[in-house]
Amino acid sequence: MTLDAHVVVQRGSLGVDVEFSVGDGEVLAVLGPNGAGKSTVLRVLAGLLPADAGRVVVDQDVWDSADRHVPAHQRSLGMVFQDHLLFPHLSITENVAFGLRSRGMRKATARATAEPWLDRVGLADLGDRRPGELSGGQAQRAALARALVGDPRVLLLDEPLSALDARTRLAVRAELHRHLSDYAGSAVLVTHDPIDAMALADRVVVVEDGRVVQAGTPAEIARRPRTDYVARLVGLVLLPGTGAGAQVALDGGGLVAVAEDAAGPVFAAIRPESVALYLERPAGSPRNVWPLRLVAATPHGSVVRCDLDGEVPLTADVTATSFAELGLAPGVAVWASVKASEIAVYDR
Amino acid sequence: MRARGNGGVPLPLLVPAALAVAFLVLPLAGLVVRAPWSTIGPQLAQQEVGQALRLSLLSATLATGVSLLLGVPLAWVLARSRIRGRSVLRALVTVPLVLPPVVGGVALFLVIGRTGILGRPLYEHLGVTVPFTTAAVVIAETFVAMPFLVISVEGALRAADARFEDAAATLGADRWTTFRRVTLPLVAPGIAAGAVLCWARALGEFGATITFAGNFPGTTQTMPLAVYLALQRDPEAAIVLSLVLLAVSLGTLLLLRDRWLGRGPGQGVAA
Repeated sequence: MTLDAHVVVQRGSLGVDVEFSVGDGEVLAVLGPNGAGKSTVLRVLAGLLPADAGRVVVDQDVWDSADRHVPAHQRSLGMVFQDHLLFPHLSITENVAFGLRSRGMRKATARATAEPWLDRVGLADLGDRRPGELSGGQAQRAALARALVGDPRVLLLDEPLSALDARTRLAVRAELHRHLSDYAGSAVLVTHDPIDAMALADRVVVVEDGRVVQAGTPAEIARRPRTDYVARLVGLVLLPGTGAGAQVALDGGGLVAVAEDAAGPVFAAIRPESVALYLERPAGSPRNVWPLRLVAATPHGSVVRCDLDGEVPLTADVTATSFAELGLAPGVAVWASVKASEIAVYDR
Repeated sequence: MRARGNGGVPLPLLVPAALAVAFLVLPLAGLVVRAPWSTIGPQLAQQEVGQALRLSLLSATLATGVSLLLGVPLAWVLARSRIRGRSVLRALVTVPLVLPPVVGGVALFLVIGRTGILGRPLYEHLGVTVPFTTAAVVIAETFVAMPFLVISVEGALRAADARFEDAAATLGADRWTTFRRVTLPLVAPGIAAGAVLCWARALGEFGATITFAGNFPGTTQTMPLAVYLALQRDPEAAIVLSLVLLAVSLGTLLLLRDRWLGRGPGQGVAA
């Protein structure tokens, strides 16, 4: 089963034009900031929003094209929404059986088909409850069962974990991973959380301002981000420049020494924990030393993330102890150094 | 700390609010005080009272039924569909709300009266005459009361989360199934509230009824008409009839409030 999609749609001032395909049993994450058009793409795939152009094809069936629009209720799909949207007036079992009933199954048969699914998501004892009586995590599990019960060809997940608190999210993410591994159709997961994308998806497309800016496996995305947004998500500082031998001349000015030879337009990616800060110019002759100014400092787990400005805009993670010992504060001038071997370089 | 007694209500609001309560409650209290309690039994036993009460309850209930059957779909069209001229449609629907009921009665007469636009063919081909029948009472009450239901259900539909309908669509439900199995249960409290308003308005209908249906005991003389007539020849009887209407209205309101109203739309029929 394959989902081929090219979605072109205008939403207010945002023009969305996104193309991807999702294979048999594959999970594709659509990762991007809020307002990038991710959910719009999902609504088009679901048939809830007509596209302006493009096409949606599942196997050989055309769901959307210039002269065809299959309405949502005739598409073989399951959808999980951010805030579960379980019907408040129906019991959990009736919610899960809803899709089977509306596709013509008899009441008793639908209930009998729904119950094993409740069991699979760990809600076997809660079938008679109303959605309002469930916790957030339980409700989202029920919503997943409701989406999967008809064995749809396409599964759409719209920020399925973002309404959950941190602890519940971990548990539900692990369970979602298990169910996605068992799922035979094509799954599309929309999220703004890189951890969701990395943990759940086989492939990731990054969408910004309605366009795909990067696509690849989660590992590729994490190792070689191509936009500032992705770089920030995976915790890297991205410096575009032009390679010349063992040096990269940055587009914004400044030189960075690297360990391997580079040529042409490249990215230099620096991990914040590999940046060391000094009050005096460090002794010896490290090749990458820049005088910078600290503009902002925010606690980040056990370290303090320091945003630096100057010839080379950098981010450095320093331990809270050294932050205090150095007497750092916004506005303070520092020297930053990075070993050449710590800098990743790849073509733009 | 402010005194607990007035709940922190500023004086310029408290005084008018108290006056408003007095203004609304005192007339009703007066009705109760002036009632001829000693003769109330025989008064109520009169045949005309029972007739008028039965007719009022019957016609108001039928009018509410018709309003539900036609008004809920209309409210859905106003709230959910994307047809053109919706705002014009909504304005037209609300006209009977502001129209003097007597004018409504005249208008109905012109259309469904024996020589009216629809009334003449009805009479000539089918021999049906609408005015001055119980059917005319129901029509007049529906005309005046249905907008209350439509407005209140439309409000409930707008307040209800339309994404539930999206969820139903992704679960294979067409729009009619979605309406029946999702939308309708979600807005049930709003529909109940609208139906109560509509019923109460129909029960009290006077102007359109007397204009279009006349005042014939047993067929078109509803309670409000009986009250008005009684006031001219036997004020005590008018008070008794008014008390009956008051009791019916209050009773219905209390009964329905416990059952449906005063709950959020989210939990409506859940418990």
